[in-house]
Amino acid sequence: MPTINKRISEEIRAQARKLLEEGEVAAVLGYGAGSLPMTVKPLVVRRPEDCSKLIWSAFCVLNLANYLPAALKSVEPPRGPRDPKHEGPLPKVAILATGCWSRNIVVQIQEHQVARGRVVVMGVGSRGMVSRRKVEALFPGLEILAVEEGDHELVVRGADFAETINRWSVVRDNCQSCTHPDPVLVDLRIGEPVSERKNPNPFKQVEEIEQQSGDERWAWFTREFSTCIRCYACRNACPLCYCPTCFVDDAKPQWVGKSLDAVDTGLFHVLRAYHCAGRCTDCGTCETVCPMGINMRLLTKKLNKDVLNLYNIEAGMEPDSPLPLTTYTMDDPEKFIITELTPVPRAVKEGK
Amino acid sequence: MSETNNWEPKIIAFLCNWCSYAGADLAGVSRFQYPPNIRIVKVPCSGRVSENMIMSALKSGADGILVSGCHPGDCHYISGNYFAKRRFALLSNLLDFIGIEPGRVSFSWVSASEGEQFAEVVHSVTERVKALGPASRLVKQLDAVQAA
Ligand code: SF4
Ligand code: SF4
Ligand code: SF4
Ligand code: FES
Repeated sequence: MPTINKRISEEIRAQARKLLEEGEVAAVLGYGAGSLPMTVKPLVVRRPEDCSKLIWSAFCVLNLANYLPAALKSVEPPRGPRDPKHEGPLPKVAILATGCWSRNIVVQIQEHQVARGRVVVMGVGSRGMVSRRKVEALFPGLEILAVEEGDHELVVRGADFAETINRWSVVRDNCQSCTHPDPVLVDLRIGEPVSERKNPNPFKQVEEIEQQSGDERWAWFTREFSTCIRCYACRNACPLCYCPTCFVDDAKPQWVGKSLDAVDTGLFHVLRAYHCAGRCTDCGTCETVCPMGINMRLLTKKLNKDVLNLYNIEAGMEPDSPLPLTTYTMDDPEKFIITELTPVPRAVKEGK
Repeated sequence: MSETNNWEPKIIAFLCNWCSYAGADLAGVSRFQYPPNIRIVKVPCSGRVSENMIMSALKSGADGILVSGCHPGDCHYISGNYFAKRRFALLSNLLDFIGIEPGRVSFSWVSASEGEQFAEVVHSVTERVKALGPASRLVKQLDAVQAA
């Protein structure tokens, strides 16, 4: 019996071929095999005969929604002054989506980056994606040459070793704490739906930090981000970061310096995370792509927790409701606003 | 920067033109004294104040930051302060999360007729910042940059 992911791969290829052959979509956004073990690469397939290159595995860690706006643009007919006027609807793009990615697509629709009518969401229930870093950490100093995937275990092979490890133990932190692994937006179902995960405390990692003192939290923050090389991979891989000019590139005013100064790096991370407030789906891509292994996802996770507690909203769950920061209610909590004032001495009050 | 007895904090106050700024004006006209530590930046609405502006003030060495707008329901642009309230709630929690001392960045509502309240807010904010001492977290120190 082929593994679940092998069966899903077959189904993806068959459905993608059908969509392309019938002319339903102009392109399919999926994954192809990567050149190193435990990697995949995003792949845009435009011809039915290329569909055999599509794969599905436990290492599909890049959020495909990040490429969706560009993929949609790339299939539009040219619109120069001499080009013939385009008649009828614009071509569609099909995209693979798990729970979090589908929520990112919902956010892109809410933010008018993607037209709902132009996307065909091929929904795949996620069983959690594996962290390459966690696997490598189990084999310090050894080179991993291949990893074979079973449904519940991974066989890791090197030049002179082969070891079987438990799959769930190396699943990414964000997938382990995920409660909505099944896509919220599905046009075409691939494989079996997966049920909502009962997670007693999805914000455990955040709460561990919250329980520390202010000085300890500051020490954690400074330590966590001290190795950042400002490559901006975390920003570039995130489907929320589509600004034509990011605040880090603004020159007048320059919000953050471009040096590796710890303050500039800290500011970059605070502001980047803050820009994702109410929009982040905890897809974990930012954390996965960081070459330095920095857990910047904890900042967005903290914001997700507050947005849920204060406004009862989880990003991308309801296509028809506005994003949390583009709306308000009259009785939003305002505990942080100064109300209790220190008494002012009379003499000062009377201006003496 | 060493803390000396005569250290006085610098506090950047982003005040909404239609209420808190007028409140500051009224405090002056009515001769309510308040500490001279604040440096006022007039903004069209509390909704105009972005996280970038707040963090930039902190980075540039402000010991405290105050953002003050119209009372909920009184915003000149109807709802600017409601949006601002959501944004600031999340920002102040995030700053607390990374270990920025609570009290560095404060928010208040002061209307144009509340000169006395304005003076009290400034007193309160200045006291809190004085108790915290000079800001050092997320403050860019030029000598550190030059040494690096
Ligand atoms: S970090 Fe902020 S400004 Fe930069 S691309 Fe992302 S959302 Fe836009
Ligand atoms: S901030 Fe990170 S976890 Fe959140 S949506 Fe972007 S890439 Fe995903
Ligand atoms: S991906 Fe990592 S090293 Fe690169 S800017 Fe983001 S946190 Fe820094
Ligand atoms: S005009 Fe004062 S807060 Fe909007």
